[in-house]
Amino acid sequence: MMNSPAGSADDPAIRITGLVVRRGGATVLPGLDLDVPRGTVTGLLGPSGCGKTTLLRAVVGVQRTAAGTVTVLGSPAGSAALRDRVGYVTQAPSVYGDLTVGENLDYFAAVLGAPRTDPDRVIEQVGLDAHRRTPVARLSGGQRARVSLAAALLGRPELLILDEPTVGLDPVLRRDLWQLFADLARAGATLLVSSHVMDEATRCDRLLLMRDGRLLAHDTPAALLAATGASDVESAFLTLVQQHPQETVR
Amino acid sequence: MSAAARRTLATARRVLAQLRHDPRTVAMLLAVPCLLLVLLKYMYDRQPGTFDRIGPELLGVFPLMVMFLVTSVAMLRERTTGTLERLLTMPLGRLDLLLGYALAFGLVALVQAALASALTIGLLGLQVAGPTWLVFAVALADGLLGMALGLLVSAFAATEFQAVQFLPAVLLPQLLLCGLFVPRADMAPALRVISDVLPLSYAVDAMGRITARSGVDGQVVADLAVVAGSALLALALGAATLRRRTA
Repeated sequence: MMNSPAGSADDPAIRITGLVVRRGGATVLPGLDLDVPRGTVTGLLGPSGCGKTTLLRAVVGVQRTAAGTVTVLGSPAGSAALRDRVGYVTQAPSVYGDLTVGENLDYFAAVLGAPRTDPDRVIEQVGLDAHRRTPVARLSGGQRARVSLAAALLGRPELLILDEPTVGLDPVLRRDLWQLFADLARAGATLLVSSHVMDEATRCDRLLLMRDGRLLAHDTPAALLAATGASDVESAFLTLVQQHPQETVR
Repeated sequence: MSAAARRTLATARRVLAQLRHDPRTVAMLLAVPCLLLVLLKYMYDRQPGTFDRIGPELLGVFPLMVMFLVTSVAMLRERTTGTLERLLTMPLGRLDLLLGYALAFGLVALVQAALASALTIGLLGLQVAGPTWLVFAVALADGLLGMALGLLVSAFAATEFQAVQFLPAVLLPQLLLCGLFVPRADMAPALRVISDVLPLSYAVDAMGRITARSGVDGQVVADLAVVAGSALLALALGAATLRRRTA
């Protein structure tokens, strides 16, 4: 593994300054600043269409940006040094439907240069042991999403970017996955997880509340509730929206 | 083995595994050109000279078309399902990916060219003055060209409907101008110039020369080089269309 000289362990996992993204004439992110500390699970919450996916894509380095810098683990986002250190799960499962679960993971493991035993390890982590030989196209939507997640866990990345990984999963599975995310963070990984389900917020170490391309809040769940005097994150979000009604995208 | 070679081979293995899960596509890839050649043989049953002239030329055209269709749709799927984006966030070079595809589909083109050549020369009794292996080599180069063009046009298609439309848009003009219908020398000067820059013309020229003359003609080798060079050029252009950052 390459060790970038700029990537000391005290630096944040992600540092974003003045990020502007425009898509098709519209400004999606009008100028965003953000630090995400290492070894934490940070939840990115906000309504559908508020720019969550665009922000995550910028961190992975697949989003064309208009201004600003995105530094990930000490290197510019998307640089070659990061490609085996950052795992990314897109909202729609990005795996081969015509291959089996095992074939998918064996291929991605070979591309990453991950150990040969890695596919079995991640299949177990997402609870798909019984489906190693099943073609992905025959799995349910939730199972397919977990294959996509498993592919991102290959090679034990230091940073995991997960775009709505728990959509369509039953409550038990959701609980298990959030437990897995917490375990990964305890082992030193950094996770940035988006969701439009506010009740998943309590599972996170830190919360980012986003609306219309702006961050309304960046704090721990407890501090957020204390600051807004709200009883749950959904009410806190509403309180914050009322406090900043003028903040709309330029 | 270098990391790049490992990733290329893994990609080729993966593409072949996808084909293995789709036996109907494989059967059509291999059988359709053969069936069309059989049809051609019996179309010209009363004029055996015509089959000897057109047979080899179409022997090069059919693999080109089939490979074009299959690879353009395969690559388009890679783009639309998000797997391309995932791969580009991983340590996979654009060339690793394209060469992996080229290896896998090149292998299919090889089997397809071998089957079609053996069928036309063996069972259908096609008379070829030049060496048989050269017929096979040109058929293979045509298959590779079709594959490379298919990979390239997939960048300009947003849906599978559009991808399929590129067959008439990109290949039919080449087919009309390649000398199969009207000898290239007899075309209007403007058409002749267009025909001169289209790679399929060289593929058909090469086949024509092999049928007519014995031995290895220097001109055939030159034609073959143009076809192979065009395939490489299309692959390189295809690599340029694989963008890591998109809007």
